[in-house]
Amino acid sequence: MTQRPQQHSFNPYTENGGTILAIAGADFSVIAGDTRQSEGYSIQTRYAPKVFRLTDKAVLAVNGFAADGNMFVKKVRQRLEWYRHAHSKDMPIRAIARLIQTMLYARRFFPYYVYNILGGIEEDGTGAVYSFDPVGSYEREACRAAGAAQSLVQPFLDNQIYFKNQTPAPGTSFPQHLPLNTVLSLVIDSFTGATERHIEVGDSLEMYVVLAKESPSIQALQNISGIQEKTSTADGERIFVIRRDLKKD
Amino acid sequence: MFRNTYDSDNTVFSPQGRLHQVEYALEAVKQGSAAVGLRSKTHSVLLALKRSTGELASYQQKMFRIDDHVGIAIAGLTSDARVLSNFMRQQAMSSKMVFNRPIPVNRLVSSIADKAQVNTQEYGRRPYGVGFLVIGQDNSGPHLYEFSPSGNSYEYYAMSIGARSQSAKTYLEKHYESFADSSLEDLVRHGLHALRETLQQDKELNVNNTSIGIVGPASVHEKAVPPAGPFRIVENEAVEPFLQTMIAKDTATGAGAVPPAAAAATGDEDVQMAG
Amino acid sequence: MDHFPTNWGRPRNDAYDAYGTYPIAQRPQNNPKDAFSAGVQHTQQPIVTGTSVLAIKYKDGIMMAADNLASYGSLARFKDIQRLHAVGNNTMIGAGGDMSDFQYIQNMLDELMIDEFTAQDGLALGPAEIHEYLSQVLYARRTKMNPLWNSILVGGFKDGQRFLAYVDLLGTTYSASTLATGYGSYIAQPLLRKAVEGREDVITEAEALEIIETSMRVLYYRDARSLNKFQVATITAEGAKISESKSLDTTWSFAEGIRGYGAQTQ
Repeated sequence: MTQRPQQHSFNPYTENGGTILAIAGADFSVIAGDTRQSEGYSIQTRYAPKVFRLTDKAVLAVNGFAADGNMFVKKVRQRLEWYRHAHSKDMPIRAIARLIQTMLYARRFFPYYVYNILGGIEEDGTGAVYSFDPVGSYEREACRAAGAAQSLVQPFLDNQIYFKNQTPAPGTSFPQHLPLNTVLSLVIDSFTGATERHIEVGDSLEMYVVLAKESPSIQALQNISGIQEKTSTADGERIFVIRRDLKKD
Repeated sequence: MFRNTYDSDNTVFSPQGRLHQVEYALEAVKQGSAAVGLRSKTHSVLLALKRSTGELASYQQKMFRIDDHVGIAIAGLTSDARVLSNFMRQQAMSSKMVFNRPIPVNRLVSSIADKAQVNTQEYGRRPYGVGFLVIGQDNSGPHLYEFSPSGNSYEYYAMSIGARSQSAKTYLEKHYESFADSSLEDLVRHGLHALRETLQQDKELNVNNTSIGIVGPASVHEKAVPPAGPFRIVENEAVEPFLQTMIAKDTATGAGAVPPAAAAATGDEDVQMAG
Repeated sequence: MDHFPTNWGRPRNDAYDAYGTYPIAQRPQNNPKDAFSAGVQHTQQPIVTGTSVLAIKYKDGIMMAADNLASYGSLARFKDIQRLHAVGNNTMIGAGGDMSDFQYIQNMLDELMIDEFTAQDGLALGPAEIHEYLSQVLYARRTKMNPLWNSILVGGFKDGQRFLAYVDLLGTTYSASTLATGYGSYIAQPLLRKAVEGREDVITEAEALEIIETSMRVLYYRDARSLNKFQVATITAEGAKISESKSLDTTWSFAEGIRGYGAQTQ
């Protein structure tokens, strides 16, 4: 048998685990991610954020190859800064979504190996979630999970948010939108579940909550321990971050 | 048409050792409406007089945000200012990209000064026709710099540029010793008083023609400023509470001692060179 | 189609517009194509390599260690190579992977520090800035499919703040209170985490050295590409210091009793 020379080429990608998740409400949006970063069976760090505040009405979660993810967030932020320079206001979320599509597709043949979920508040005050694939296909949804434990979390959300495989009690119907406290509980349950069953998920959970102007949903945040406000403009939308421990094993 | 023998080319010295084109560029700065800058231990502020070409026209933009920690006020050619401020924004962003650090204000000012210097030396170019007052804050606190088309940049406690800026300078020279420990409100009031000196006889500062730029913690008159006190431009109705703090000219201490405003250079006059 | 008539029929190497007819920025690129560079191969694998680097946070700053070996495959080729490098007064980098790439990085950072110094404004780059810069360089190189084949730890102490972070050939970055590259990430990292996590503000310099030396000993026992000759660096308020090379007492008598591989007959 003849041996041919082996061509071993450099692989510019790796996979850093973790999971992200976003759920839109009527006048709020919750965007969450765990903070474990791993490669293979090694935990690189227990705290590497995957969820980033872009503006007071938009939050971006990135998952996949961490180096690509961090660079992508930096580049999006640069584009938002130029928008601010040109228009003296923050870019609306539907425009950010289209921007992200074009930025991802521009690298169609050497993609950012990143799944993006963008959450926030639309100009009409509704909660929004946009999800993307690595080359820019995107759609607006009510909820989306992505990353290592997508296959564990998404079916749970389909059942609990879209009420798939449930039938309402006679004479009743399922709600169009869930209240914020219910959504926060679902997010926490999703991640504790994923932590139990997926080795790449765990350590801690970061949940960003974006509220529309004068949203009554603020009530649900009154008694949450360790909540931190991240709002920086007077536009009316408000951003909060809630952190919770997950199992570290 | 030539007013001097050695002025058609900026790379040629006059026998007196001067670059006439560069000095004409400095005159372009003096044609622009005035801008004033002041600094305390906690804040830097800019105040600028916006001009409009007539009743039907809007007011010319006098201030630009460069980054969260830096802003500028301009006097001279607005189009040149846009080119330079864009360059400053790029520098600021590149510092964030490469070092994840807000660009130090002195580096930013040096970078445009170096750019301006090239235009005073290379064949086929012209100097920028605009001057800046740059305010910003970094690890070493708040700063105020002046940039001019000659490629010079200096740091100041207080400074003014543009038309009749000598009158504002006279006011600032009289009061600057108190600026370091001033509150933001006092600092802005001094700035407004200085800016007022540059007005023509029958004109007044109002919400339409006054821009205020601030870095440092929020004033009592401001709403929703993040704690870091990033650069912000205060315009229109938001200026009113600051204008209210001004003391009428007759009663303002020492205002009477201010000499009459120097005559602005008009287009037809020959440019008078300094010594 | 080039619609600018002044570009038509121009000589290929017209370095500049002799008649100054239009701005430099719009002049065409008529340089010859660089056929040579298209044939140049990029790094596909490291050649002369260093193994693990370890670093931990402790009370007064950061402690980092790496041995003095640069291997050529399985050959212990260079036994007096320094793999720790101070960048300015507040930062230390330590690298595993390709040693020629690392030496290139040292030169690059030294030049950067000199460039910064020439601004003469007293502003020096701290560990966080140097780590960000390195990350950008390594990420840019991986994106060009021409990587700098290293895993690098950046440790520092500036303005009362400790800094410790990792960056590698892919541009992957992270930060933690204990870090280890290469084989050390499997063997030493669990030991370091057990000894350090939650005690970063308590561990003294002597204790930190004890932890580092224990881990280096285990690595020497288990990592066939390691050497019992290493250096320890500290970065504290006093600055960045690298020790002389040292070695540890090791015992190999137990090896006599090991059965199952090697030359024994029973």
